[in-house]
Amino acid sequence: MAETIVYPERELKVIGTRPVRPDGVPKVTGLAQYGADFNLPGMLWGKILRSPHAHARIGSIDTSKAQALPGVKAVITAADLPEQKFEYLGPERVAVNYWHMTRNILAREKALYEGHAIAAVAATSKAIAEEALKLIEVDYEVLPHVIDVDEAMQPDAPLLFEDMITRGVEPPPAKPSNVSKRIEYKLGDVAKGFAAADAVVEASYKTKPVHQGYIEPQACLARYDSDGQAEVWSSSQGHFVVRTFTSRLVGMKVADLRCHAAEIGGAFGGKTVVYVEPVAVVLSKKSGHPVKIMMSREEVFKATGPTSGASMTIRIGVMNDGRIVAAEGVFKYQAGAFPQSPVMNGCMCSFAPYDIPNVRTLGFDVVSNRPKTVAYRAPGSPISAFAAESTMDLAARKIGMDPIEFRLKNIARPGAKTVFGTTLNHAGFAETLQALKKHPGYTAPLGKNQGRGVAAGYWFNGGGESSATVHVNEDGTAVVAEGSPDIGGSRASIALMAAETLGIAYESVRPVIADTNSVGYTQATGGSRVTFATGMTVINACNKVIDEMCARAAKLWKVDRADVVWEDGHARPAGKRAGEFEPLSFKAIAAKRTATGGPISASASINAEGQAPGFSAQFCDVEVDPDTGYVKILRFVAAQDVGRAIHPAYCEGQIEGGVVQGIGWALNEEYIYDRDGHMENPGFLDYRIPVASDVPMIESILVEVPNPKHPYGVKGVAEANIVPPMAAVANAIESATGLRLTDLPMSPPKVLAALDSRR
Amino acid sequence: MAKHHVSALINGNPVEYLCDAQQTLLEVLRDELNLTGTKEGCATGDCGACSVTIDGRLVCSCLTLGAEIDGKAVQTIEGMATGTELHPLQTKFLELAALQCGICTPGMLVAAKALLERNPDPTEDEVRYWLAGNLCRCTGYNKIIEAVLAAAGEMRKG
Repeated sequence: MAETIVYPERELKVIGTRPVRPDGVPKVTGLAQYGADFNLPGMLWGKILRSPHAHARIGSIDTSKAQALPGVKAVITAADLPEQKFEYLGPERVAVNYWHMTRNILAREKALYEGHAIAAVAATSKAIAEEALKLIEVDYEVLPHVIDVDEAMQPDAPLLFEDMITRGVEPPPAKPSNVSKRIEYKLGDVAKGFAAADAVVEASYKTKPVHQGYIEPQACLARYDSDGQAEVWSSSQGHFVVRTFTSRLVGMKVADLRCHAAEIGGAFGGKTVVYVEPVAVVLSKKSGHPVKIMMSREEVFKATGPTSGASMTIRIGVMNDGRIVAAEGVFKYQAGAFPQSPVMNGCMCSFAPYDIPNVRTLGFDVVSNRPKTVAYRAPGSPISAFAAESTMDLAARKIGMDPIEFRLKNIARPGAKTVFGTTLNHAGFAETLQALKKHPGYTAPLGKNQGRGVAAGYWFNGGGESSATVHVNEDGTAVVAEGSPDIGGSRASIALMAAETLGIAYESVRPVIADTNSVGYTQATGGSRVTFATGMTVINACNKVIDEMCARAAKLWKVDRADVVWEDGHARPAGKRAGEFEPLSFKAIAAKRTATGGPISASASINAEGQAPGFSAQFCDVEVDPDTGYVKILRFVAAQDVGRAIHPAYCEGQIEGGVVQGIGWALNEEYIYDRDGHMENPGFLDYRIPVASDVPMIESILVEVPNPKHPYGVKGVAEANIVPPMAAVANAIESATGLRLTDLPMSPPKVLAALDSRR
Repeated sequence: MAKHHVSALINGNPVEYLCDAQQTLLEVLRDELNLTGTKEGCATGDCGACSVTIDGRLVCSCLTLGAEIDGKAVQTIEGMATGTELHPLQTKFLELAALQCGICTPGMLVAAKALLERNPDPTEDEVRYWLAGNLCRCTGYNKIIEAVLAAAGEMRKG
């Protein structure tokens, strides 16, 4: 079901093979330990009290009755966490404000959404902890609430923060609003571009928040010792991030908090922040016992981040020959209860696949009474791409051009300028579209009520900080300690790159995700960065090991280091001048470590640059049932530029998984609220993610246009695949029915209503 | 209230435990017996991560009470391999990369084994509908379906 298209041919030994992952066996025998699978002697169970109201002022919280219940060892509220300064820290795209973060961990002045954490208890059993929650008395003053983004932007909307002045507007507005930030990007002259266009298409779109839907709820175990040191085991995309956030939120020294990466049961961006870890640490501190907290599925839906819902308008101006001369997008994203939706990414990514001379994107970051959004796979890009790529389809139809041809005509090639001021310096977009076009299914005939839709998508891909240490063992095997939690098989790709570099067998390399006290700082697993950035770090460390191996050989041969070279996994004399010696294998040198200077190991820490953007192009065939409005996916083909597939099976897996998440986003998934601002579907029965019988085999095409800035050509592979599906499905539905759907999800009732409106 | 005394066979081993009336089998397995291979994804019977068999019947252990198991035989993921010899389903899941994060894998394997015991030669559609109660958010299901079909083929060869 997958094919690989390679530009150019590779000359590698183990990279590109499909070995069993090093961490595989414990995952099929049930022995792998995920966030909820750790226990300690004397451990207590922590539970969190949550707001039943969408918006309420908190008068007082009386915990005395809960405290008095036998078996209860600690009760905490926001008063047990230090206040934080109000400031946005870090790069704008991913800025953090601890004043907001601490209020999301435990509410202070107000409860801002149903499910907002108010207080927490630790008790000797789950049942006692639950009983204690009922004894906490909270005095709420219920306030009017707002859920929808367009309503939250109205001048008379209830305000979440009475003093919030929109950032990014000059001069700043006099009145507070729910608009946290306005962002604008411009390239060329849009007005001139539209004036020159042969045709202009315009449409408006809405999407609903969707949840990452990882199957493992957030869970952690924390132990706080009386000397002020603490240890946390948790399911997270970045245990260093857990350390940074938790130490700051709790008010402890970074060195006093040791964080372990549990095996992680899915995340997709949703576990790049903390919810339960600081609460467990403080409960442990207060009780003197280890504390375990497991979220329920309902808590996951109501209190952890989905991604934004949005309201958007797109205009595209085209010439009759297919050239796009102007494009404009307005993107209003829900941030949830605290600022920082991914709207900036949406503004940057929406038109990034194309070389358009005149572009303007305008974004609004808007708070409303729903859980704070957090990253979800290519955060921000799929939302704006649904609007932009649907409108691309309208433009192609308007001028009567094939949708892949239309995209090829405008595709960004190296040298193209983006609206956010960068210049594209990587090939791969056009190659990917061409690979998709060549798929035999693209020209296959369609039946009654069937349609075909095309869409493309862009994602930045990430670099950043990573660390690793390679230890050589006396039998010629190696251990790689690295800092990136492995969500989808990255230990396999890391081991493949280490084996390739060291010239030893894949099975001789054993990677381990080391805790925060055992390896250097490493950013979270996110942004499709691990195989690129952590891979690069591991390769650097392996190269240092090889250098040391050569030095050891020189010592054994009594020659200069410069007279030894490393080739094909062996130290060899560098030409005749160096003397006649039998080549020494990795294993042979490893065996002589004691005699040649002691343990052989090397570390590397980098802030990786040179990542290449991700690009995916997809088409799907659907059949629309005219009686029920049900949309069946008949075929889904997804081509993606992966740079180089280190472990092709896991690259395919990323594409297959990303596409199916996109199908869920397109057809089923949404947060449904009642009039009181309560989520009505906080479970997997009613928030329906795709099941096996909903989808066909996803056909992936791995396009390999290597990244010249990575030793093995790696580009990220995890995220670009979720960008196109929503528009691809909408475009296919128009092809099948002649109806343009602009409101996600395109669930049977909505499709049926659209069909009925025409009858 | 007094706890219930339960005697059961778990993965072929005689086990006795005490549990509260409201404790689910999932909680008993994980919290009392330290069999944490059975996972909690929802605790409402919607995700299948806690799949086990009771007297050969596939169930969600989160919808079964621990006290109901007296005199019954429960099979969990921990009982699937024979010593260090993996079941063909486990082997094919590894060879064909049918797991990414792996949290749904124990339930998927238990459910797939129950399918193959009833239907040793299922079609792709039959596998998809049988596993429709086991959610996976990572893989898009391709490789899971391929692994179950491949394991079925292997097992038919004997």
